[in-house]
Amino acid sequence: MTHRMTFRGAAVPAEPGQSVGAALVAAGILDWRTTRRAGRPRGLFCGIGVCFDCLITIDGVPDRRACLVPAADGMRLGDSPQDHLAEDGSARDSRDASQGGGRGEDA
Amino acid sequence: MARTHDVAVVGAGPAGLAAAVEAAEAGLDVALVDGAAQPGGQYWRHYDERHARPDDRDGHHGWPVFTGLRERLRAERSAGRVRYLPGRQVYLVTRDEAGAFTLRTTASLGEPEADAAGEVTARTLILCTGGYDRQLPVPGWDLPGVMTAGGVQALLKGHRVLAGRRAVVAGTGPFLLPVATGLARAGASVEAVAEANGTLGWLRDPVGAASVPGKAVEAAQYAALMARHRIPYRTRTVVTRILGQDRVEAVRISRVDRDGRPAGPVKEIAADLVALGWGFTPSLELALMLGADTRKDVDGSLVVAVDGFQRSSVEGVYVAGEATGVGGAVLATQEGRLSALALARSLGRPAVPGRMGRLRAAIGRGRRFAAAMHRTYAVPSAWTEWLEERTLVCRCEEVSYGDLRRAHDDLGAHDPRTLKMLARPGMGWCQGRVCGFATAGIAACLNRRETTAEDLRPLSTRSLAAPVTLGELAALDRSRDAQDDQ
Repeated sequence: MTHRMTFRGAAVPAEPGQSVGAALVAAGILDWRTTRRAGRPRGLFCGIGVCFDCLITIDGVPDRRACLVPAADGMRLGDSPQDHLAEDGSARDSRDASQGGGRGEDA
Repeated sequence: MARTHDVAVVGAGPAGLAAAVEAAEAGLDVALVDGAAQPGGQYWRHYDERHARPDDRDGHHGWPVFTGLRERLRAERSAGRVRYLPGRQVYLVTRDEAGAFTLRTTASLGEPEADAAGEVTARTLILCTGGYDRQLPVPGWDLPGVMTAGGVQALLKGHRVLAGRRAVVAGTGPFLLPVATGLARAGASVEAVAEANGTLGWLRDPVGAASVPGKAVEAAQYAALMARHRIPYRTRTVVTRILGQDRVEAVRISRVDRDGRPAGPVKEIAADLVALGWGFTPSLELALMLGADTRKDVDGSLVVAVDGFQRSSVEGVYVAGEATGVGGAVLATQEGRLSALALARSLGRPAVPGRMGRLRAAIGRGRRFAAAMHRTYAVPSAWTEWLEERTLVCRCEEVSYGDLRRAHDDLGAHDPRTLKMLARPGMGWCQGRVCGFATAGIAACLNRRETTAEDLRPLSTRSLAAPVTLGELAALDRSRDAQDDQ
């Protein structure tokens, strides 16, 4: 049975077994966030969980990798219209700290 | 307290699957940790088995090898000799005073979670962490509709989704062929395969052809498929620019000379999908975390140095597959088997005479073939000449080639480590996985020298191998405190 999801309110179908990112691409949606600095559109790039280009908010949880998360019935995708990295400071901070991104790990 | 396994195998692709089943069949207690929901790795990636269709195996090479390994894995699991942890990504590996390794894992597919359920302890490790497409930046490569060649393949094989209708496949190497023919078979129009290097030279390469004869047959099959789908195969051709406003609309391709310098007429091709691949980058996070020695391979990538039994420089840590040098699935499977047999012998299990010798000979042939391929499909030495000031190098932190040049020219960032500190390439979400190879190459090029292993290492090292929540890190502290209290 086909799953029914929504992307910013619009219906997006998915076959059981597909990822969120695959379902979006199949629906003709190629990008779902914008970059922090230049505001450029981003969607799938590596498609296998390496590049983090495809980050998306799913059911209110930010920064999920669309290429990895299995599609499920009723999922709400990409709720925040802006780049949620810039908006949701708490989520960003928690991840950045855990990656050691701001610490200059090679020092 | 969780049980301490004889060995933890990381990765369930060709190398890891082979290593896990061989180790279990040799009588070892095995843990197998893998990021995906089902075994196969990138090479045997296939649709969710719970919703399988017969044609899911189409276009797969060595599928019976995979199903054989999968069957043996099932048998070992039901016999209790393999504990299989799918959907878990190892983000940290540590070693205690007694020499036991602890792998800390996080959910890679479901919701992030902070629990200790995914913790694995083992006396030894076999790291089979594989790799992913190597990328070179080019103007416009950040437009939606540009994907890695492997990503396009993953969408098709793993999700039955065609990423575009009019495709250009570009970069270098034999992997471009299955991607192009896979797209065509699924109904896309493949406008061109742009191969930066000369010809299908490895067919004529005496070393390559003699080493692994089956490869010549494979190449001939792809040549026939390319012809059947009328896919233009343009050699010594690169994509110099990808055009479009908010998504790909066209690509500009150019003939290049032996070093990759544009040398011929420029042609524009309308496209809505560009698949890029320049060979593969091995995943080395865990090996580097443990301090394993690395070296620069023939293809220019950083790889783990191993001996003739797949042993790394770290006691008890074996490495097999692409992490020891990109060489394909057949070689990876052989290395996985050898690592398990060598480990079993070192733990006092009886060895079948001759088996390891035959495997080692096959691996030697496979390595020679891989080296011939790497020389045929090298990254063109003049590739940085395609870059423009505004071309993004680091997609995460949005660092352009101009930013890197200024950090070099004005701030004195003469090595990749300093470049990373001052201009922030490789400091974002992906931690340099995508831009690391290119950044090291740019740093070397700005200093008019060849890339070295020392250039590549700081861009391959990560403090954690996967992003985790603060909750997970806090849980680590708690378990450490508990240990201290004892």
